[in-house]
Amino acid sequence: MSIYANKATKIIVQGITGEHGAFHTRQMLNYGSKVVGGVTPGKGGQTACGLPVYNTVASAVKDTGANASVIYVPPAFAADAIYEAADAGLELVVCITEGIPIMEMLCVSQYLKGKNTRLIGPNCPGIIVPDECKIGIMPGFIHKKGHIGVVSRSGTLTYEAVAQLTELGIGQSTAIGIGGDPVKGTGFIDTLQAFEDDPDTYAVMMIGEIGGNGEEEAAEWVKNNMTKPVTAFIAGKSAPPGRRMGHAGAIISGKSGQGGAAQKIEALESCGINVAPTPDKIGQELVKAIKKAGIYEACLTV
Amino acid sequence: MKIHEYQALALLSEYEIPNSGGLPADTPEQAYQAALELGGTSWVVKAQIYAGGRGKAGGVKFAASPQEAKNCAEQILGMRIVNKQTGPQGRLVRKVLVTNGLKIAKEYYLSMVLDSANAKIMILASAEGGSEIEEIAALNPEKIFKIHIDPMIGLRPYHLKELEGKLGITDKQQISDFAVIVRGIYRIFVEKDCSLLEINPLVLTAAGRMMVLDIKMSFDGNALFRHPEIAALRDLNEEDPKETEAAKYKLNYIPLEGNIGCMVNGAGLAMATMDIIKAYGAEPANFLDVGGGTSAEKVAGALRILLSDPNIKGILINIFGGIVRCDVLAQGICEAARQVKITVPIVVRLAGTNADEGKRILNESGLSLIAADNLGSAVEKIVWQVQGGSVQ
Repeated sequence: MSIYANKATKIIVQGITGEHGAFHTRQMLNYGSKVVGGVTPGKGGQTACGLPVYNTVASAVKDTGANASVIYVPPAFAADAIYEAADAGLELVVCITEGIPIMEMLCVSQYLKGKNTRLIGPNCPGIIVPDECKIGIMPGFIHKKGHIGVVSRSGTLTYEAVAQLTELGIGQSTAIGIGGDPVKGTGFIDTLQAFEDDPDTYAVMMIGEIGGNGEEEAAEWVKNNMTKPVTAFIAGKSAPPGRRMGHAGAIISGKSGQGGAAQKIEALESCGINVAPTPDKIGQELVKAIKKAGIYEACLTV
Repeated sequence: MKIHEYQALALLSEYEIPNSGGLPADTPEQAYQAALELGGTSWVVKAQIYAGGRGKAGGVKFAASPQEAKNCAEQILGMRIVNKQTGPQGRLVRKVLVTNGLKIAKEYYLSMVLDSANAKIMILASAEGGSEIEEIAALNPEKIFKIHIDPMIGLRPYHLKELEGKLGITDKQQISDFAVIVRGIYRIFVEKDCSLLEINPLVLTAAGRMMVLDIKMSFDGNALFRHPEIAALRDLNEEDPKETEAAKYKLNYIPLEGNIGCMVNGAGLAMATMDIIKAYGAEPANFLDVGGGTSAEKVAGALRILLSDPNIKGILINIFGGIVRCDVLAQGICEAARQVKITVPIVVRLAGTNADEGKRILNESGLSLIAADNLGSAVEKIVWQVQGGSVQ
């Protein structure tokens, strides 16, 4: 099993005729994802990547029975794409787009409250269930099917962590990038809850970074609710305060120092979570944790 | 993106929000003319830099005549203000703002920020504004009131009532002034995509009116595409020239104090690379994320910026190819190396998509690059190089 997506997930691509949209649609199809169509306003009736293109998400859903979408549209139109996907009743919307104005995301976030739509992202690599389905832009070949749930605010750092796990013979049940923006859809706690409930996930790798307090809240949640071992890494120990480190959400408050790596690591450790000291030891740290929990052999997927 | 106080005050005037106004000046003579033009009997000359704490550093002076305003400007212009907010290098003052002096009865604090965790806009206010606000926030946080506004309903009269009550504003005129100010800044905050709008102080004048005396504003960089009028306010003098150069290539670049330059794809991996350099006993010279769509031109630009930094004694290139193919990136490095003279050791670690092909290209290029297979060995190698080792 997996969380949020599986081989039955039927995906439409919003922005399928764009350069990125088309490129990643082909990559997703090659991986075996069930991509069933695309949406580009004004290009309905055409085909792209061998798939039908629709003018609206609603018409694409009606025709194809899709239950998920992935968004590759430019930042100026991305919030609109999320609203449209939610209004069409999609269960899962993965927004890859980086650079959506935060004010737009405040409203998107409020609008999605109480709705059935799960948003992953924006500004994220997406979600992958190894050997079943890839919705996003991550390199599929570094993943291996297995029992570790991976959740991260980063893109390439997640690839780094996943590659280390795979190298050590430790496969993944699902890997999710929740995105580097300060206002986003799915957060750490949502994902941890889903991994806790997923019988095929035996342990979790959580990759955080400076800025906000998502990691601290997640640590508290893990202490009170999680029975599976969680290992973490926090990026940005050496980041100066008051500077945005690439991701819109990765900033330590210049005045109070809030959102710094040290306090996040302290919070995680105080809640019983192993934290890898350096990014080259993420895989090894997880192996330590699963050995301690006596589930190393069960997690080994060589 | 930040803007100067004089620019922010001009924006307030556009929205008809009462403020202390004034005129900017680049020279003492212009400051003299500004005082004459403003009229009145007393003036304030304020340094215009992208940081607070100016008053305590001598960057705000009072003048009783236009000649005195000129003298003040002479002292402030060219001054380097150094404090917690400016960082160790400080900020050179190139411009002052001349405003009329005001008799002040009371100072308030009023700010608006994005509350990401709750997806709302948060107003912070205190009846004890002024230069001690940070101490108040630390010692008496209960004196700072917070109101959360759902952007879907916007600022409502009940929000204003709550704020007036908490701040103890009861006079009819002041209530009306206060409402104009809060409604106005909320409009600016939303319409111009602010990330921070901080008024300190908001003053009650001796004449019984409320107005904005000092303001700091910053804007969401993601939204600048829809506000060319705000983007045009950017003052490149306030930025490191290397940052300005990096922005041309759409690189996320932040200079730091160390001597190992790094070039990485992805913000999280770039931060993690800095961290591991530090963990191995060395200091990173910068944060640099070359991003997703990496072209040879971009890589060359990034290398040129790193090589122009005299502090950099070695460079670590750490790429995990996802969308970015390592072979394309390796070609970029080769092209860059032909355009820019490489003067320091460079360790290259390529992983992910087409990594083997990328390594082959680098090996056959004849460039003296040091290859590494994984993150740990890459960092070991560059630290060894920089700390006096020789080529292994």
